[in-house]
Parts: sequence; structure tokens; C-alpha cells
Amino acid sequence: MSQYSAFGLLRGALNGQKHWQPAWRDPEPKSHYDIIIIGGGGHGLATAYYLAKVHGLKNIAVLEKGWIGGGNTGRNTTIVRSNYRLKPLHDLFEFGLKMWEHLSDELNYNVMFSPRGAMFLGHSDADMTKLAERGDAMRCDGIDADLMTRDEVQKLEPLLDMSRDARFPIEGGLIQRRGGTARHDAVAWGYARRADSLGVDIIQKCEVTGFVRDGDAVVGVETTRGRINAGRVGICVAGHSGHVAGLAGLKLPVESQTLQAMVTEGVKPMINSVIMSQSLHCYISQSDKGGIVFGGDPDNWPSYAQRGNPMVMERAVAQGLALVPALSRLRMVRTWSGVTDMSFDGAPIIGETPVKNLFLNGGWCYGGFKATPASGWTYAHTLATGKPHALNAPFALDRFERGATIDETGSGPMPNSR
Amino acid sequence: MMQFTCPHCGPRDQAEFIYERTVDAVVSLDAAPEEAMKSLFTRNNPRGVDEEIWRHTYGCRAWMVIARNRVTNEISATRAVGPEALP
Ligand SMILES: Cc1cc2nc3c(=O)[nH]c(=O)nc-3n(C[C@H](O)[C@H](O)[C@H](O)COP(=O)(O)OP(=O)(O)OC[C@H]3O[C@@H](n4cnc5c(N)ncnc54)[C@H](O)[C@@H]3O)c2cc1C
Ligand SMILES: [Zn+2]
Repeated sequence: MSQYSAFGLLRGALNGQKHWQPAWRDPEPKSHYDIIIIGGGGHGLATAYYLAKVHGLKNIAVLEKGWIGGGNTGRNTTIVRSNYRLKPLHDLFEFGLKMWEHLSDELNYNVMFSPRGAMFLGHSDADMTKLAERGDAMRCDGIDADLMTRDEVQKLEPLLDMSRDARFPIEGGLIQRRGGTARHDAVAWGYARRADSLGVDIIQKCEVTGFVRDGDAVVGVETTRGRINAGRVGICVAGHSGHVAGLAGLKLPVESQTLQAMVTEGVKPMINSVIMSQSLHCYISQSDKGGIVFGGDPDNWPSYAQRGNPMVMERAVAQGLALVPALSRLRMVRTWSGVTDMSFDGAPIIGETPVKNLFLNGGWCYGGFKATPASGWTYAHTLATGKPHALNAPFALDRFERGATIDETGSGPMPNSR
Repeated sequence: MMQFTCPHCGPRDQAEFIYERTVDAVVSLDAAPEEAMKSLFTRNNPRGVDEEIWRHTYGCRAWMVIARNRVTNEISATRAVGPEALP
């Protein structure tokens, strides 16, 4: 694999850019792999990369039913942050955030990580108390957090409606300055290119349709491109976790729901940070191309339709316009949605399943993009050794029956922490 | 938006309804702990038809069971629940 560099670009300028090679191969599936990863999103590709790079494994395949990065990895609003409240989430997401800080170098691929600051707005005294509590929890675990006054919020985002009679008055905020956004496709492509160069077979248009069993163990998968044997199999299919685990007879603590996002036409820089309001459920950022990216609540009922309901979209847009009235002048150019696997405590699930040789990485709800490097790193450890990594041990599948849920919002056994 | 047919009010916009949970997620009063755990914390979550409990919250406020395909949104059956559904 040739390294990408400014020098290479320059040389290409002299030969009409004719030197570019495909960034990964398109191999036929082999009859056996030591490890098969189901799902070629960012998480599956990162897992394959770390398995090859950190654990030195050679015979690995990633099976993707469509094209890599075509799931939630290519549909998300790319917010990267570690500003949670509970320790297991701090540890995992902060480990990930530190990886984001060097990811472009690590992959020799520009993932355009842009730590522009991730800011929660506070709309009342009660909100500010909650934000202060969260900031304290973060700082106790060594994560940066700054409580902001009204004036500081206004200085950072002059287009917010700060008037006293605003629909959603703003009292202050909490910012994690190291948070920000990244380029979603580049994350999938960067990991794919690196994994491929270490010998990982990335097999697209290959849907897993069943498991091959030998007694209580999984020994392979049935796919639309035939049967493939495997030593260990790792599920990594986001919104389809319940369906794929169901093929092995498992019933998971997840419910699949639709999450939508949308983007406006491109304009000059007008939103400087990532603006989020947890009381409203609305988040706004500006892509490097200039489009204003919007997101809101999931459609609050189960769906695999991968298309959203206008009712929910309207609510997110109404909130966004109330916060930043100038947005009303922009045209919305695209809306889309993804299928997310909402877990029953809002936290991910990474680890063993009751079926021998079968592992699960899922339940990322609407928040797994930021965890891509950490998820891949820890899941690779688990798939290589058959044991939990210290960072994913709290996220074991059996935590629900043990009463050890990681319930960030304290809302009890409901998907999407309702 | 979907349209549901409330057994009491007839066809209405989905906006009037709130999703509650699936039928398999109702905990029976005499459930053993393992059974209750399964009902509370796990779902069949099929990529196909499941029976869902919805409430006509902004209408007659009655509960109902709707069999809906989660990929196509096609509704194959609706039935009332509660005392009014008794013969
Ligand atoms: C609208 C939206 C906004 C979001 N915003 C954010 C955000 O701002 N920040 C954040 O951190 N997270 C966000 N998320 C969540 C984030 O996108 C996901 O948690 C994360 O991308 C999941 O990555 P993944 O690799 O596990 O899944 P995916 O990228 O979905 O990859 C799973 C892959 O598995 C494949 N697959 C499924 N079934 C099979 C099968 N049977 N055989 C083979 N392959 C199969 C799919 O085709 C898919 O490509 C958002 C999600 C959505 C939908
Ligand atoms: Zn009714």
C-alpha cells in the first residue's frame, strides 16, 4: 500500500493523477477464516484493523451485506465527545476521544477530526444544576469540561436567540472543548484501507443469513455468497443486531428504531461549535462543506424501514429554528435516516453471548460513531482472546439479568431511555 | 405518517397515538423473576411483523394491539384490549 502524502499529490499533478490505486481489494470469500466480523460499518472495520495490527491475526474477513459505511456510519451527524456522566461510559468514550486525536496519522487517511467544542445548552436553573453535576463528574474522571455563563455562550455562538422572551431561553452551557465532529465516510474508508493492507478480506454484497452450528458452538455462517467456516464470529451490525442475533436464537435487550438527520444548503461559517440541547433533543453543527446538519429525537417506535416520519423531523427543525432563528432562511437539501439498536439502558453491549464462539457488539443507540476507535480496539481484544477488555467488561450482555445496568439517564428498562 | 384504525374512533393519523411496547413485553402479575426479566429487558424485535401496543392518547385514550410490519409499515390487524374488548 502506498502512503498518501502531499508529495504524492504533487507528483500526481505531473502525471495527470494516473497513479491512484483502489484503496482496498475486492476478494472472493475463502472457505475458512479464523475470525469473521459481520457488518462493514466503522466498528466492524476498526475491529478488523486492530485484530490484524495489535493482535497479529492474519486470516480475518469482514462481511457486509451492502457496501462498507452504508449503514449508520455513513448516516450519522458525526458528533464526537466523551461528556457522559457515568464512569464506565467516561472510560470507554474518553479512551476513544484520545484515539480520535491521532486517528488521521494512525490511518494515513484524513478523517477530518475537528475538535471545535461540543456544547450543551442550559435553559433553566434546573438545567444548569444538571450540567454542573455532569461537568463535575467528568472532571473527577479527568475529562475536560467547562461550565459557561450566558455571555460566554453568546460569544461563542452569536446567532443563538439569547433574548429573554426566546421560546427556549438560554441560561448558560457546558462545553467539552476537545469534542467536535469528523468525516464519517473517511472513518470507514480509512479503516478499510489499512485493514486490507494487513490482509483482511473485506467482502461486500455478502449478507449473513444464518449460522452454522456444531452442538452449542457456532462454527461458521451461511451467506448470500455461500457457507463460510469460522473460528470465532463477531456480530457488528448496529440496527440489525436483534435480527442477526435472532438467527442464532438469541433475544437481545434492544429495540430497533429510526433516527433521522438532515442538512441544509452550504453557507459561509455561521455555527462555530456543536450546539446540543438535551432538554429539547436537538443538535446543530456545520459541516466543513458549509451545510447545517440537524438531528433530533428518534422516531419513538420500532422500525427497520430506514426512512423517517416527517412529524419527528418537524419537531427537530422547529427547535433548531427557535434556537438559531437565522436558519429559517436556509433550504433543507437532504433528509435521511438510519436504523439504530436502542438498548435497554442506553449503553452499548460488547462481549460474549451465551452461544460459544459468537460475540456481540451493538446497542450503540444514537451514539456510537464517536466510539468507533474504542469499540474496534476493545472488541478486537475480546475476539482475539475470548475475554473482556477492561474497558468493555462493564458492557457485558448479561448485565441486565445481573442488575448491573449502565443507565445514564436513570430511566429504567425502556429502549431509547424513555 | 402512518394511519391507524382505532377500534373505537375509526381511521386516525398516527400523530394521535403513542407507542407503548410489544405484547411479548407485558409482565404477567405472577411471573417468576427470570420471566419478568426477559419481558422487561428483551424484545423479539423482528425485521418483520410484531404485535405492538399503542394508545390513542390524543383521541379516546384506549389501548389497542396493532400487528405491524416494521419494514413496510403495513398493518395486518388491530384489536381492542381492556374491558371493552370482553364479549
Ligand atoms: C441519523 C443518525 C445520527 C447519528 N448521530 C451520531 C452522532 O452525532 N454521534 C455519534 O457518536 N453517533 C451517532 N449516531 C450513531 C452512529 O451512527 C452508530 O452508533 C455507529 O455509526 C454504528 O456503527 P456500526 O459500524 O456499528 O454500524 P453501521 O455503520 O450501521 O454498520 C453495520 C453494517 O452491518 C451491515 N449488516 C447488517 N446486517 C448484516 C448481515 N446480515 N450481513 C452482513 N452485513 C450486515 C449493514 O449493512 C451495515 O453496513 C447516529 C446515527 C444515526 C442513524
Ligand atoms: Zn380511539
